[in-house]
Amino acid sequence: MSSFRQPSVLPGFGLTLGFTTFFLGAIVLLPLAALVLKTATIDWNHFVQVLLDKRSVASYRLSLGASLLAGCINTVFGFIIAWTLVRYEFPGRKLIDALIDMPFALPTAVSGIALTAVFAKNGWIGRYLEPFGIQVAYTWVGVVVALTLIGLPFVVRSVQPALAEVQADLEDAAETLGASRRQVMRHIILPTVAPALATGFTLAFARALGEYGSVIFIAGNLPMKTEITPLLIVIKLEQFDYAGAAALGFIMLLGSFIMLLAINLVQAWGRRRMVAGPG
Amino acid sequence: MMTAAAHAMADERRSRPGRATITSSLGRWVCIALTLGFLAALLLAPLAIVVTTALGKGIGAYLESFSDSDAGAAIRLTLLTAAIVVPVNTVFGIAAAWAIAKFEFHGKSLLITLIDLPFAVSPVIAGLVYVLLFGMQGWFGHWLQDRDISIIFAVPGIVLATLFVTFPYIARELIPLMQQLGNDEEEAAITLGASGWMTFVRVTVPKVRWGLLYGIILCNARAMGEFGAVSVVSGHIRGLTTTMPLHIEILYNEYNFVGAFAVASLLMLLAVVTLIAKNVIEWRMNKGRG
Repeated sequence: MSSFRQPSVLPGFGLTLGFTTFFLGAIVLLPLAALVLKTATIDWNHFVQVLLDKRSVASYRLSLGASLLAGCINTVFGFIIAWTLVRYEFPGRKLIDALIDMPFALPTAVSGIALTAVFAKNGWIGRYLEPFGIQVAYTWVGVVVALTLIGLPFVVRSVQPALAEVQADLEDAAETLGASRRQVMRHIILPTVAPALATGFTLAFARALGEYGSVIFIAGNLPMKTEITPLLIVIKLEQFDYAGAAALGFIMLLGSFIMLLAINLVQAWGRRRMVAGPG
Repeated sequence: MMTAAAHAMADERRSRPGRATITSSLGRWVCIALTLGFLAALLLAPLAIVVTTALGKGIGAYLESFSDSDAGAAIRLTLLTAAIVVPVNTVFGIAAAWAIAKFEFHGKSLLITLIDLPFAVSPVIAGLVYVLLFGMQGWFGHWLQDRDISIIFAVPGIVLATLFVTFPYIARELIPLMQQLGNDEEEAAITLGASGWMTFVRVTVPKVRWGLLYGIILCNARAMGEFGAVSVVSGHIRGLTTTMPLHIEILYNEYNFVGAFAVASLLMLLAVVTLIAKNVIEWRMNKGRG
């Protein structure tokens, strides 16, 4: 054991590492391996047929499109919110700051039914959108709204510390030298927070891809129109189509690994920029 | 979480003379208005509608929602699940943090990535993998059936799926905290003859207690509120395998809005308490560092 670790006077290495790897294997790795193995037993033609089924393809389009759109909305508003919270003093700022984490703490079933009630045709906000022909609940727009809510804290919480660390003297120097606010924003602030924005976007996008609870209430779940991929897995399981569910689950798992890789790449890029300095 | 230094820098910037003349311009008001408007529509309106709908037919109807035996069973199952999952994940989190933060070994960063894996996976996948293992047509389906053990569509499945989704919460709070605090005090205690357990209880726990509590609170909130993973393995048997979030779904689909939002109001209360506790702990931790 001492061959692969550096010596230490502290006890408990074997016990804690053993328990950690055992528990990780039992709860996470073995079950995930079961999904991969199940997928491997599916006949190739059947596998392709499930994945390229029209209903599946429509669900990928909705899941990817809505997650992408929600991620973009969150990047824009997340930046504005983080900016407001870091730069301005106003009554209730601390309360608003604390509320940002609400989507993390609020169970998705609660946000799902509550958003549906607010954005339904006769809801508090839905009724003002209805005259303009905008329907949110039970359309793809509702999916975007739900995914925007659950992704919001990722961007705000990534950008806030980055914005707080933009050096005030750099901004002051630029202004003293005659730079306009817009120039300061473009050449000093945005380059500094760009990695944080990218990290926040990727995290929000990754979370949105897998989200289930808050979406299914507001989506209306019409086949080919407002079905997200996770819902399609649940439908297949309810029909005891384990192979179909495993095939779609495998694709989603693959997507999660790609997103993990993307998050690591974005963060590595951010660290390199921090060392090299922006610009 | 922002560091104390970042907080101090932001506070200093806000109070800086001369800054006010630039920032009290139109831009300031537009930013504040956009922030408040966005959060009001997406966050405050849903929170408010939970309360108004739950109380829509009076306080009597609200309280009536909880006297239903199914609602009671759902609340008990949610509490039971959290009572199993949170302690188990606490023990795991502490063990993982001790191994990772106190020792240098090969494959450490891989281990950290694998511990974080459940955060990257959809909750539906978390449920699906257990159905594939323990469901009727799953790998161990027949074996379990022969022995009359049910995991899927029963409480053990709900506990397992909840364990999966809350797996990283405590470990990922403790690992960076323990790495940052270093090993000096523990090494001193061991060198002076304290036992490993004594060192952990007397030296390590007092140092990391706020971070540990922080992880426990977040883990608990997720355990009680999990919907997707639990929904897949539960089978939705009323009064038996429905947790509070699943009970909300059942009532909602039956158009019993007062009932659904009444149960939702309890979970919302849990979220509010969680956020308050989280902020108090963050404040304590920043104070401890400063």
